[in-house]
Amino acid sequence: MASTPTHDYHLVSPSPWPALGAFSAFVMMFGFVLYLHPTMLGEGLGAPLTQLGSWTIVPGISLVFLTMLLWWRDVISEAHGGYHKPIVQLGLRYGMVLFIFSEVMFFVAFFWAFFNASLFPSAAVGGVWPPTGIHTFDPLGLPFTNTIVLLLSGTTVTWAHHALLEDDRSGLIKGLSLTIILGLLFTSLQIYEYGHAAFTIKDGIYGSTFYLATGFHGLHVIIGTIFLIVCLYRALHGDFMPRQHFGFEAAAWYWHFVDVVWLFLFICVYWWGG
Amino acid sequence: MVSVAVKGKDNKGVVAKDTSRSGDDHGTPSRYSIKRWLFSTNHKDIGTMYLVFAIFAGLVGGSLSFFMRLELQQPEVQYFLNAGEPDGHMWAVFITAHGLIMVFFTVMPALIGGFGNWFVPLLIGAPDMAFPRMNNISFWLLVPAFGLLVSSMLFGGAGTGWTLYPPLSGLLGHSDPSVDLAIFAMHLAGVSSILGAINFIVTILNMRAPGLALHKMPLFVWATLITAFLLLLTMPVFGGAITMLLADRNFATSFFVAEGGGDPLLFQHLFWFFGHPEVYIMILPAFGIISHIVSTFSRKPVFGYLAMVYAMVSIGFFGSIVWAHHMFTVGMSLAAQSYFTIATLIIAVPTGIKIFSWLATMWGGSISFRVPMLWSLGFIGLFTIGGVTGVVLANGGVDTQLHDTYYVVGHFHYVLSLGSVFAIFAGFYYWFSKMSGCVIPEWAGKVHFWTTFIGVNLTFFPMHFLGLAGMPRRYIDYNEAFAGWNAVASYGSYLSLSSTLFFVVTVVCVLLRGRSAVAANYWGKGADTLEWTVSSPPPYHSFSNPPRIT
Repeated sequence: MASTPTHDYHLVSPSPWPALGAFSAFVMMFGFVLYLHPTMLGEGLGAPLTQLGSWTIVPGISLVFLTMLLWWRDVISEAHGGYHKPIVQLGLRYGMVLFIFSEVMFFVAFFWAFFNASLFPSAAVGGVWPPTGIHTFDPLGLPFTNTIVLLLSGTTVTWAHHALLEDDRSGLIKGLSLTIILGLLFTSLQIYEYGHAAFTIKDGIYGSTFYLATGFHGLHVIIGTIFLIVCLYRALHGDFMPRQHFGFEAAAWYWHFVDVVWLFLFICVYWWGG
Repeated sequence: MVSVAVKGKDNKGVVAKDTSRSGDDHGTPSRYSIKRWLFSTNHKDIGTMYLVFAIFAGLVGGSLSFFMRLELQQPEVQYFLNAGEPDGHMWAVFITAHGLIMVFFTVMPALIGGFGNWFVPLLIGAPDMAFPRMNNISFWLLVPAFGLLVSSMLFGGAGTGWTLYPPLSGLLGHSDPSVDLAIFAMHLAGVSSILGAINFIVTILNMRAPGLALHKMPLFVWATLITAFLLLLTMPVFGGAITMLLADRNFATSFFVAEGGGDPLLFQHLFWFFGHPEVYIMILPAFGIISHIVSTFSRKPVFGYLAMVYAMVSIGFFGSIVWAHHMFTVGMSLAAQSYFTIATLIIAVPTGIKIFSWLATMWGGSISFRVPMLWSLGFIGLFTIGGVTGVVLANGGVDTQLHDTYYVVGHFHYVLSLGSVFAIFAGFYYWFSKMSGCVIPEWAGKVHFWTTFIGVNLTFFPMHFLGLAGMPRRYIDYNEAFAGWNAVASYGSYLSLSSTLFFVVTVVCVLLRGRSAVAANYWGKGADTLEWTVSSPPPYHSFSNPPRIT
């Protein structure tokens, strides 16, 4: 009795990846602290650790990436194994939406900092925004180009999605490839922009809010691009069906989220705040 | 709670027979296998690990407070000495660690991780959580987080208070690695909470047994759902805030540095945008547990079920828009102070609805004063005291006088130590036999309850007098005028600590003695939620056949 479950939920088999992930997180965080304070474990270790600099973070980050690779490889093979029944897919969708919501709230913190500083500029920055002495970017130059690039990438990912729904594999691959190229183009332009900025992260509150807000956005663009690259790899290997392609959908949602954050950054930070 | 008639395929109503055990128990791994715990994807095992972790962390956090009370027992500095001189920094480190450990590593893991994991799936008739593997990383991330926090005590120690306010938490206040370690500890604990919150929301929205509409859902499940939304809303903002703090400390940014155009008050706003909902995160699951227990031991359904649900929803909503009542003394505009006063006072209304509904549940009920009920009654009385002093403190004008005094310390310990922690013990005694199959003797539970009850009241009630008389918080020493009540508070804390040790020894003995034959529904008629339809302890996988709720 009851040895065959009569539900469609996915009871995942035991897995070593969560424990590995937690361990990796510790190695990464401790490595980060060692980079910030090379002499904390005594003067003896101080010299080699100072030599290593930010390389102390690399083992932890590599472990975290390894965990993600192994973990999501399992998720994909479970999807192939037929464990992702419609109700499980629905749960995954809920989960992705909630995760993106938490990401939105993370950006809220940086927008809060930005508006706190820009709506009520303190005497230390001359009582004006942008602060006196800060030469901002022309919003209609590179930032506007970047806006167009990202908006365009939003349409190409939708193209890929519709192609997938129509079972048009070559359209899917073309749309995805174009999206990835546009994503990489955005990141390259952003790096170029950083390289030509007239202010640094150390230049008071303007540099602080600008670089952390756009920097975290850039980080999310890179993560989204990697997500799309994984999808392209899977699409090239015959993954995704018109009726089941949650991995692609999650990547597309994430990409749209990154897109929308950029629109707010462009309008608030570059345009209004510039 | 809602009375549900359980009509599964194989069981009718509340029965003492477990219907799915025979088939599934074959898959139960040995409890001595390390893989079972390290690699777990089972909500019950993960819930157990959370509870064990919470008790361990609670003992660590509790011992810190014991040492603080030892020091405060009499004026002048006796123990916190460094080369014969009073060590105020060490004192501040103890305060910080006590606060962070109790909030992030004791109360949250016990209420949400422990009871939430164990009972949300059981209460909604689900076979497990929505993402069982992610569930496990939520737990295991707490271990490195706790490790980082403890190591921060070894590398200089963060003496910032759990609020981590700059500039004290900045490079000027703490140039050593301690605050960076504490920030990373909070990052990992935050990731753990966010992943857990997503898991609970998806489980509750997507995995309820057929027929279990949202408006029929047991109150503990509602409480967990609202709590999870609060976590998702506020934890990332806290993550952003401590990330900015990290950048200010290490990468020369000026978010909270006035010289660079930044604003130290920004941190306080960001912190309390999270920090105030956080106190509701710690109390809402407690509300849920108390509702179940009061109903069970009054043999009556909860009075005003829907009002109880929407009271929690509105507490969650209003709780998210009142944060600056922690900042009445920072020089906010009068309009802002008025707003935050009024908004805070509004929360007393839904909270009152809950208190009175519990009383109305008991009214005319057939009450039995078993151990979980004693803790619940203790909760209702003591939490109400904490709530009432909260109403006092909500008034900006009054708070200006009482801010950072022991009155505030008394207030929040009444709602958290005597509220949330009482609910944790209530839930523990309520569900212990369900989880373990072992039985804690009634007398032992009563000894534990009464000694704790007397101990904590001796400790925290006098703090109101001390605060009103002007004793400030977070100092290692005090004026001799405060000596009397401080001694009383310290004696109370020794009693509470002894009581807690008695509890731990009792539980260990009970577990070593092994299982006895415990009925599925050992509380009898009043306990009518789904967890009482499965055996005690439940099979490794319960509800493989989802029950049908009518």
